Amino acid sequence: MLELDALNKRYGPVRALRDLTFEVRPGEIFGFVGSNGAGKSTAMRIVLGVLAADSGQVRWDGRALDGAVRRRIGYMPEERGLYPKMKAGEQLTYLARLHGLSPSAATAAMQEWTDTLGIAHRRDDEVIKLSLGNQQRVQLAAALVHNPEILVLDEPFSGLDPVAVDIMSGVLRDRADHGVPVMFSSHQLDLVERLCDRVGIIGDGAMVAVGDLDTLRRTEQRRWAIVGPAAERWIGAVPAARVIRTDGSTTIVEATHGSGPTLDQDLISAALAAGPVHEFTVMRPTLAELYRDVVSAETTVHTDAGVSA
Amino acid sequence: MSSSSVHSELGSAAAIRLIAGREVRTRAMSKSFRYLTIGFILAVVLGGVIINAVTGSQDVKNIAVVETSAAAIPQIEAAAAATGVTVEVTTVNDEAAASEQVRSGDFDVLVTTTTPQVTLVVKESLDPSLTSMFAALTQQWALVDAITELGGDPAKVTADVGAAAPQIQALEPGPDVDAGQVAAGYIAGILLFMSLMTTGQYVAQGVVEEKSSRVVELLLSAVRPWQLMGGKVLGIGLVGLAQMTLVVGSGAATALALGLVDTSSVNIGSAAAWALVWFIIGFTCYALALAALASLVSRQEDVGGVIAPFSALMVIPYIVAISIAPWDPDNPLVVWLSYIPFCSPLVMPVRIALGAVEVWEIGLALALSLAVIPALVWLSGRIYSNAVLQTGSRIRLKDALRGA
Repeated sequence: MLELDALNKRYGPVRALRDLTFEVRPGEIFGFVGSNGAGKSTAMRIVLGVLAADSGQVRWDGRALDGAVRRRIGYMPEERGLYPKMKAGEQLTYLARLHGLSPSAATAAMQEWTDTLGIAHRRDDEVIKLSLGNQQRVQLAAALVHNPEILVLDEPFSGLDPVAVDIMSGVLRDRADHGVPVMFSSHQLDLVERLCDRVGIIGDGAMVAVGDLDTLRRTEQRRWAIVGPAAERWIGAVPAARVIRTDGSTTIVEATHGSGPTLDQDLISAALAAGPVHEFTVMRPTLAELYRDVVSAETTVHTDAGVSA
Repeated sequence: MSSSSVHSELGSAAAIRLIAGREVRTRAMSKSFRYLTIGFILAVVLGGVIINAVTGSQDVKNIAVVETSAAAIPQIEAAAAATGVTVEVTTVNDEAAASEQVRSGDFDVLVTTTTPQVTLVVKESLDPSLTSMFAALTQQWALVDAITELGGDPAKVTADVGAAAPQIQALEPGPDVDAGQVAAGYIAGILLFMSLMTTGQYVAQGVVEEKSSRVVELLLSAVRPWQLMGGKVLGIGLVGLAQMTLVVGSGAATALALGLVDTSSVNIGSAAAWALVWFIIGFTCYALALAALASLVSRQEDVGGVIAPFSALMVIPYIVAISIAPWDPDNPLVVWLSYIPFCSPLVMPVRIALGAVEVWEIGLALALSLAVIPALVWLSGRIYSNAVLQTGSRIRLKDALRGA
């Protein structure tokens, strides 16, 4: 298990990380979301040891992460980078060897990953001569070529075409199925929602919400979508609910504070009393909505703090 | 679940070897490096040929000797060798025809009789180098005749005379520097300057290339900063040393093949070996300093600003070494600069090639440079480690030293 424990990092007056704590378990895909500058890349760079934390610890299997373990991490930095004038295949073999693979194992791994990622025919081309999409695939191969036991990927999906996104998703799932803890950051929340076992939302350097998606969604406000009679004809009968929006014959309502556990029954009864009800669904918030809530809450806190200060 | 079957511990030596290996391959494959090396080699070989054409090949003097005086030919050749004149001696039997050839310029001089009187036929006047040669020869023959007449042994007397030489007591002896040594000094100075300049530039550009392409972050997730820097410096150093060896080797071979140094007291082997030693020392100093300073910038266009102070630092000892040292090897400025680290690699090899240096002086210069290197290693390792992952604007040296 990869554990980040109370990481703190300060850049001058800016606190980039504030007691950031979470873990990534073997075999799970962990999605790391948050706005730009929230601290995702800082946290990942600390895991890789290219940046030192002011305090806190990163542990692997209960022990502080050292150089030997770090070499077994597959890393995709936020700032993409490869030697522009080195051939793609040669470059991947070289990186695999730097991570401790023997010459023959490095060559085999390079061939395997260029095949998997569909860039086998580009092995002898200099990286700079490849298209942007293929450069991204080489970058991906660079993170995978040494058969890493942990994956830490900063925005692995940005700049990928839909086919590459599918390949990439498949590769991450496959690695996780082999027991590798996979941690990646992304702004593509639908993708995170589809792919991740657990999600962490970071805001302003601290973990705001972390858990599996179902749990995260359950703790949120209860909402229902009702397809039936117009809301104004019946909502007055259910004071514990309020209308969020209406769309044709669809009404979205939300439980207000002080609503009881039988609110859903009250809603159905009231709506039915006003006319026929065709659909009644519990609405779970999407990750995007959760994220928006978290981020806006963060912003509010900030503003308040700013005013009172 | 740690399935580390394919992973082995990568020691520092192995990591540095890998990184250095990549540098060697990259440089050796690059067209610019190959052309530069070929250019260097052509320059030293052509330089040798030109020097040979200008100084080495004084025109051969053609001497014709009439058949009846053929017995004197070995003595003429010996006298020519002793006075450093290259001659081609031909025996002729038709004196009149040979005189015509003197007139047309085929022969510089025609020797018609040697005893009792030496008679020479020339077109206008006797070439100055041949005048002194024949004067000495004539005097010698006259002496031999006189000794024989007096009943002495001409051979013994000649030998005694040849051995007699004045003992010279110089009050302020200056080092004796001949043309061959000056040429060797020039070549050593220019070569070291050029190769230190280019290899230093390779190091600086290599460091910035990794920063500007951002690949450094990926590399440093696998190896330590000092390993990356050490491997780069070692790799480029090896390539530079190979280049220097090729160039110095072809220069020395040219000099030996053309006989450029036959009459000179220059020791071409030791001058060449010392040039390589000083290349290694100079490269180590400059590469460490340049790697550290280059890590402060993130863009290729800023490399020039990093290299500029070092170029200036190299130009001063270089100018002193090639413009003052050959004519005044004991000039205090030359002597002092040849001790100071960073300057000594550009000045000392020139002094060595000139043959105007004591062994203890070389030892002192070496010791001073070697004493500075560990401090340089520590300092540049620290700057590089702190700065290499920070991209963006130029990092201040002070911040990099403190460890931002």
